[in-house]
Amino acid sequence: MLNAIKRARETEESSIGREVLDRILENADISAREKIPLCQDTGTAVVFLELGQDACIVGGDLGSAINEGVRQGYTEGYLRKSMVSQPCTARINTKDNTPAIIYTDIVPGDKLKIIALPKGGGAENMARLAMLSPAQGRQGVTDFVVNTVDRAGSNPCPPVIVGVGIGGTAEKTFMLAKRALLRKVGEPNPEAEVAELEREILKRVNNLGIGPMGYGGRATALAVHIEVFPTHTTSLPVAVNLQCWCARHKEATI
Amino acid sequence: MAKKIILPLTDEASKDIKAGDDVLLTGIIYVARDAAHKRMIEALDQGKPLPFDIKGQTIYFMGPSPARPGQVIGSAGPTTSGRMDSYSPRLIVEGLKGMIGKGMRSVAVKEAMKQYKAVYFGAIGGTGALISKRIKKSEVIAYEELGTEAVRRLEVEDFPVTVINDIYGGDLYEEGKAKYRIG
Repeated sequence: MLNAIKRARETEESSIGREVLDRILENADISAREKIPLCQDTGTAVVFLELGQDACIVGGDLGSAINEGVRQGYTEGYLRKSMVSQPCTARINTKDNTPAIIYTDIVPGDKLKIIALPKGGGAENMARLAMLSPAQGRQGVTDFVVNTVDRAGSNPCPPVIVGVGIGGTAEKTFMLAKRALLRKVGEPNPEAEVAELEREILKRVNNLGIGPMGYGGRATALAVHIEVFPTHTTSLPVAVNLQCWCARHKEATI
Repeated sequence: MAKKIILPLTDEASKDIKAGDDVLLTGIIYVARDAAHKRMIEALDQGKPLPFDIKGQTIYFMGPSPARPGQVIGSAGPTTSGRMDSYSPRLIVEGLKGMIGKGMRSVAVKEAMKQYKAVYFGAIGGTGALISKRIKKSEVIAYEELGTEAVRRLEVEDFPVTVINDIYGGDLYEEGKAKYRIG
């Protein structure tokens, strides 16, 4: 991530944009040295589990164990607790950042892979879904993604990573968009056709002029990551999930 | 070269700054986010006083992470200001002169800023560690039960911000984007 920001710093045309990127790099130094989170918004705890079908979980409930991990991590790690219950009424802080959002895939093997993606609210709030008509095709998808980044402007803390899902059903395409954020920054989709679309959208996004923190410049996005899935013959779902430059995720396999 | 401003923000100081200027703020700022804003507006509706005298003051839209032992405050970067758009014009009428956050403001907020000579400053989202080093003192002064959303009084020194909306109607987000937009 920091390497991607350094590369963006080298090519940024706007002086105010370069200054923003310098501050972001300086902040990363201070954060590492003094154990202060990069950003105070330490996110919703999104956890992806890849559970090997031959693995056996014993001694308790896996979901409870994940939530206990989140509780301990956010409390002992001096991270901000941002989760509130009763979202459209009382909005009461749960005080330990639980519950985590947990997604489980059953995969071959006997291991358990856990991927934690703390997701900040500012960028998450800019997410959008469109159920396009198949006639809108590639152009419709491209326009929708570019327009989503354009209207988000400064809010998601650019330079962002643009996670895009294409295909599946409404919720599936959003899962693809979120999963796309886990990819190493700038690593292209293995399918040449999709990788080409990623390059094309990235170019258009970085021509928007939004720039670092929206102050004007080239580096609006560091990367566009697209994941695709077959879809119904009547459908063309597309989802965009943005990730601020402060992209943090860790994984462990046990 | 960044301009240094001693708070509270005076009309003279505001006349001197334009969208895109880098500014270092020193003095007192107050911290409030969504929940605190909601309560402040409710207090005004009920004819009750605000938790601090808002005349001439600056509000920072922020909710810090917890401080480790020995730290003044945890990570302390800006939150998205747009969520305060429905509350800010009322506070500007009450005398609020400065706001610090990130992200676009509504037409209503921008109109109120022009009319009442208030300035909106942007802090860099995600640089909460860097910003925390410019905060010399932090004290919760109201709504403690809101936790990270409580109202705080901060003493800051050379707090780095950029002018987004000045008193003349300038808007860095619009001007910056227009300058670098292709196609």
